[in-house]
Amino acid sequence: MTVTENRVDSPEIGKARTRKEDARLITGRTRWTDNILLPGMLHLAMVRSPFAHARITSIDTSAAKAAPNVVTVITGADVADEQGSLPNVWPLSANQKTPPHPSIAVDRVTFAGEVVAVVVARSAAEARDAAELVDVDYEELPAVLDLKEAAKDEVLVHPDLGTNIADVWQLDSAAAGSGTSVEDEIAEARENGIVLEREYRQQRLIPAFMEPRSFVCDPTGEQVTLWSSTQIPHIVKFFTSVILGIPESKMRVIAPDVGGGFGGKLQVTPEEFITVLAARRTGRPCKYTETRSESMMACHHGRDQWQKLTLSATKDGTVTGIKVELLADLGSYASLLAGGTPVLGAFMFNGIYKFRAYQFNCTPVYTNKTWTDAYRGAGRPEATFAIERLMDDLAVELGVDPLALREQNWIKHEEFPYATVSGLEYDTGNYEAATAKAKEMFGYDELREEQRRRRESNDPVQLGIGISTFTEMCGLAPSRILGQLNYGAGGWEHASVRMLPTGHVEVVTGVSPHGQGHETAWSQIVADRLGVPFENVQVLHGDTQVSHKGLDTYGSRSLVVGAEAVVRAADKVVERAKPYAAHMLEASVDDIEFAGGHFQVRGTDRGVSMGEVAMAAFAAHDLPEGIEPGLDAEATFDPDTFSYPHGTHLCAVEIDTETGGVKLRKYVAVDDVGNIVNPLIVDGQVHGGLVQGIAQALWEEAVFDDSGTLVSASFVDYLVPTAADTISFDIDHTTTPSTLTKLGTKGVGEAGAIASTPAVVNAVLDAVRRFGVKDIQMPCTPERVWKAIHGHGAGGDEPTEGGAMPHFDEKDVADRSEGAAQ
Amino acid sequence: MTRISVKVDGVAYSDEVEPRMLLVHYLRERLGKTGTVVGCDTSNCGACTVHLDGSSVKSCNMLAVQADGHEVTTIEGVAQNGELHAVQRAFHECHALQCGYCTPGMIMQSIDLLNENPDPSEEEIRLGLEGNLCRCTGYHNIVKAVQQAASEGKGSAS
Amino acid sequence: MIPGQFEYVAPETVEEAVSALAEAGEDAKVLAGGQSLLPVLRMRLNVPSVLVDLGRIESLRGVRDDGDAIVVGAMTTHSAVFHDPLVREHTAVLCEAIEQLADPQVRHRGTFGGALAHADPAGDLGAPVLALGASFTIAGPGGTRTVEADDFFEGLFTTAVGDGELLTEVRIPKYTGWGGHYEKFVRVAHQWPIVAVAAAVKAEGGTITEARVGLTNMGATPLRARAVEAALAGKPATDEAVREAAASAAEGTNPPSDLNGDAEYRRHLATVLTRRAVLAAAGA
Repeated sequence: MTVTENRVDSPEIGKARTRKEDARLITGRTRWTDNILLPGMLHLAMVRSPFAHARITSIDTSAAKAAPNVVTVITGADVADEQGSLPNVWPLSANQKTPPHPSIAVDRVTFAGEVVAVVVARSAAEARDAAELVDVDYEELPAVLDLKEAAKDEVLVHPDLGTNIADVWQLDSAAAGSGTSVEDEIAEARENGIVLEREYRQQRLIPAFMEPRSFVCDPTGEQVTLWSSTQIPHIVKFFTSVILGIPESKMRVIAPDVGGGFGGKLQVTPEEFITVLAARRTGRPCKYTETRSESMMACHHGRDQWQKLTLSATKDGTVTGIKVELLADLGSYASLLAGGTPVLGAFMFNGIYKFRAYQFNCTPVYTNKTWTDAYRGAGRPEATFAIERLMDDLAVELGVDPLALREQNWIKHEEFPYATVSGLEYDTGNYEAATAKAKEMFGYDELREEQRRRRESNDPVQLGIGISTFTEMCGLAPSRILGQLNYGAGGWEHASVRMLPTGHVEVVTGVSPHGQGHETAWSQIVADRLGVPFENVQVLHGDTQVSHKGLDTYGSRSLVVGAEAVVRAADKVVERAKPYAAHMLEASVDDIEFAGGHFQVRGTDRGVSMGEVAMAAFAAHDLPEGIEPGLDAEATFDPDTFSYPHGTHLCAVEIDTETGGVKLRKYVAVDDVGNIVNPLIVDGQVHGGLVQGIAQALWEEAVFDDSGTLVSASFVDYLVPTAADTISFDIDHTTTPSTLTKLGTKGVGEAGAIASTPAVVNAVLDAVRRFGVKDIQMPCTPERVWKAIHGHGAGGDEPTEGGAMPHFDEKDVADRSEGAAQ
Repeated sequence: MTRISVKVDGVAYSDEVEPRMLLVHYLRERLGKTGTVVGCDTSNCGACTVHLDGSSVKSCNMLAVQADGHEVTTIEGVAQNGELHAVQRAFHECHALQCGYCTPGMIMQSIDLLNENPDPSEEEIRLGLEGNLCRCTGYHNIVKAVQQAASEGKGSAS
Repeated sequence: MIPGQFEYVAPETVEEAVSALAEAGEDAKVLAGGQSLLPVLRMRLNVPSVLVDLGRIESLRGVRDDGDAIVVGAMTTHSAVFHDPLVREHTAVLCEAIEQLADPQVRHRGTFGGALAHADPAGDLGAPVLALGASFTIAGPGGTRTVEADDFFEGLFTTAVGDGELLTEVRIPKYTGWGGHYEKFVRVAHQWPIVAVAAAVKAEGGTITEARVGLTNMGATPLRARAVEAALAGKPATDEAVREAAASAAEGTNPPSDLNGDAEYRRHLATVLTRRAVLAAAGA
């Protein structure tokens, strides 16, 4: 036999392939959950609590029920026996205090925005109209909003728990045997070295994915089908089954096109369960699509921590110990990951530096605010922020260049693999290479010179340079380690490769993309692995009936864990095909070689293509002895450890000292994300991550007023940046392949967001330290920067006033009603 | 109910609508033009951008009754005879989209921008897109895509 | 996201609109471009009984020359005003303000009269229109009346346009040969201004002969910075002289405190932005 198919010549991996996904997205042929219309479909509208903490004394639904085309109104009391409690899969310990979390509040609400009743009507408009008619009486209870106040336990979010403190969790290098005692190092430094003590604030953020969450549940088939704009269809399926009592085999969850997540759709949500409950009660398909305001108020928020930090160093600037005491705001319920999110940063506060001692303490606390959970980076941005800010502060203390200080302390490239003080083993990296490249691209020395000139001339516009030499842990996660951390599930990923008779390939992946371009990248990987054309690979995902097994997409895990499962499944296909090829070529299996889509008898020109083998295996007319028809294979990959992307980010900002305005001048990012499958996609991930991280530094903050109402509850007041606020970035890569996987990738989804926040804040501070400024709380608003420079009040480290007004507030409403607005 | 007559993507429609129905809901729910999406309730995000008589507008910030007698072009109507618009092509080639939710609005606004200014500077592009939010791309590649489409000089279409 | 129910009328003349309003009573709302009203309706911050849409009244659209003034029809869109050669030639500061108003989509749809009648204290048109001493024509059941700029803005979201009345046109004196600049300060581009300053300056041979300065978001209504105007007259268009004059920009203001800055910060911003606006308007 001779080869008949086109050979695939150049490798697909590494090619800047434009995305397969785009065709439908740029033409509007999309399948967002809210697009779905089913016969007889009903629509839901939520009635939400205006109070942060209140007892529900009565709910009168009669007027709503009587409204046109209303099918039913559901209250918490109506479903108290069937709604169960929303899941928390990561109790930090067996002692964690976890309140029950009903999807619809039954007798008490614990944050402003909590659902108290649901109207089900024939149209979304009628549901909304009737929701206005639901009459809820509340008895307001004392609420605790501030994180530090809540930690005092004077006002309780859940009186039954007896405390607001959910748990206390510690990692200690002396206890773990990964280092010395942090208290000893600090004591030593107090005598003979340097001790920095700082308290940094991680403000509360809102993921603000562009597609508001939407859920459709069809209860009319053999399986209950739930379409959900989620990152985690498999996890949603599991918990919908377990908690709502639907046999797992009777539950199907589909994540169709999903418009972004950033951790915000890594959740099992009340609204999701409510949609299922409503469908079950009415026996008809039900849809709920949230408004943006609802999304801001009720979708989980991110970050929200106080970080108390103590760093010890010798007088020559060698860092020795770091002690971390975190207060983490959970909001009013334990979300899916809850305290696990800050703990994801537990291993990272030492960064890329050779500390001898380390201690991490985390205290998650309940407050009467929206729940919090993962937001892009989840734990690692907080850790990176802390250590990279501290390294700059230490350089200031020592009067040395902050890059030189970092180099003095970081792990040298020849020291890999390196066992860190937090107990991880960094496999590969080269901080020198990334930094050298970044410095050159940035024009570091020239910008320092310009900075000097502006300082000397007292230019009203000052230049600041910020550095972030970060690392992170990706590839969530080794199931064994998750088990040790008391996480409720594993971290493996699954894939199957279906070899179709025509030589085309269907790849089923257990991860669930929502913008990351997996369809394209997975096609490239499989094209190389099986020697088939890129175009002939179809990637299937996000429907539990098709992709029956998986743990979904978050934590930069898809490529590192998910694609590795694909690689292993593809390799199994090749192994399964070899006996066929040998049989067809009348050769011994041991003599069959596979390359470029062809099976060849070693040392001869006799061969068959993968396509030919696939057809033969499909026809099954002439099977080798003892071999079953078909080449399909599946694989589940459970990583042994993590992967460690790193990079050097350099940021220059211009500060208008007259207004406090901060303008991005230049941003360079050189990331080592291991081997790169698709540079176009990788760069896109970096760009997007950068802007999210920069936005934390400069613009975004979820602010509540004194009564617990979210003030920044729309895009008018929650400032997601636009194109006009950002700049074009200079990005490049260095590469040290990960040893964790065959692909050697490290993960890139969160890198930009993790690295950029401290780079920007360091740059802002670098510009204004000369005015005596030591800290500016994020977001570094012009007002804070200006006040810091000009020494008003306590400077720029004041929190955002809780009583501040949103642009649309109730006063406006009254005035708008009276006025003659056109 | 009020009767309206609108031309959408070249096809004439006549419908009875509630006066309160937003144009974007009319497009999505009555005409099945689900390419145009809703991203916010304060008209900040621009995901719902369409062209009304050739100029970009936010279809969530208009009532369907206000479109009576006018012509609307959506993302589903910009490709001609099966050929993508230069801006659509540029978005694909420059990887100017990730999740794609903002993309219809972003493309419609980019087309409008190039119609008004066929040779924009980077700053003009960035300002011209200030009414459209994207959470995935950091705008870097969106700006590049508009530059690419501009260099092809094919801004006009709707 | 879905407005409450209302009745809808779309009159074709001002007279029809006035009678529609009279018939509808006090819960009626006037719909111009709708760019501020629609979000309010969608969030159900207001549910009018009747919406009177001015979109079909052709006589309310366009800009015309009226001797020593230009007249802008209330239903002229921001983008039409911006591109109008008369506006460019005679009221440069207005073009500058409109260019920075909201975003392109909103400028295509939003109207000059609608924005002014809405009277958002953070709206971009109030300050320049006030500074330029515009007058407002208001139609009502008893015919039309004219209100001067100083009397038009009465308070937060309230103007001299009463119940049952309509703003029909705005008459702006010509400032031919004057320089104009609108200096707007925001944290992100799509925000309402934290503070903005509109300056129209007549400068001859490096000397400011006359200046008009309006402030955005420094109180419940747009404000004239009259002390600054007085201090500028006859001064050289230099950084030092203008800085001195601009120092009084916040006199008599009562700015809000919100997420973007407290009153003190806004008062400071007003002085900085006034200096910048005046210098730019003077071409210095």
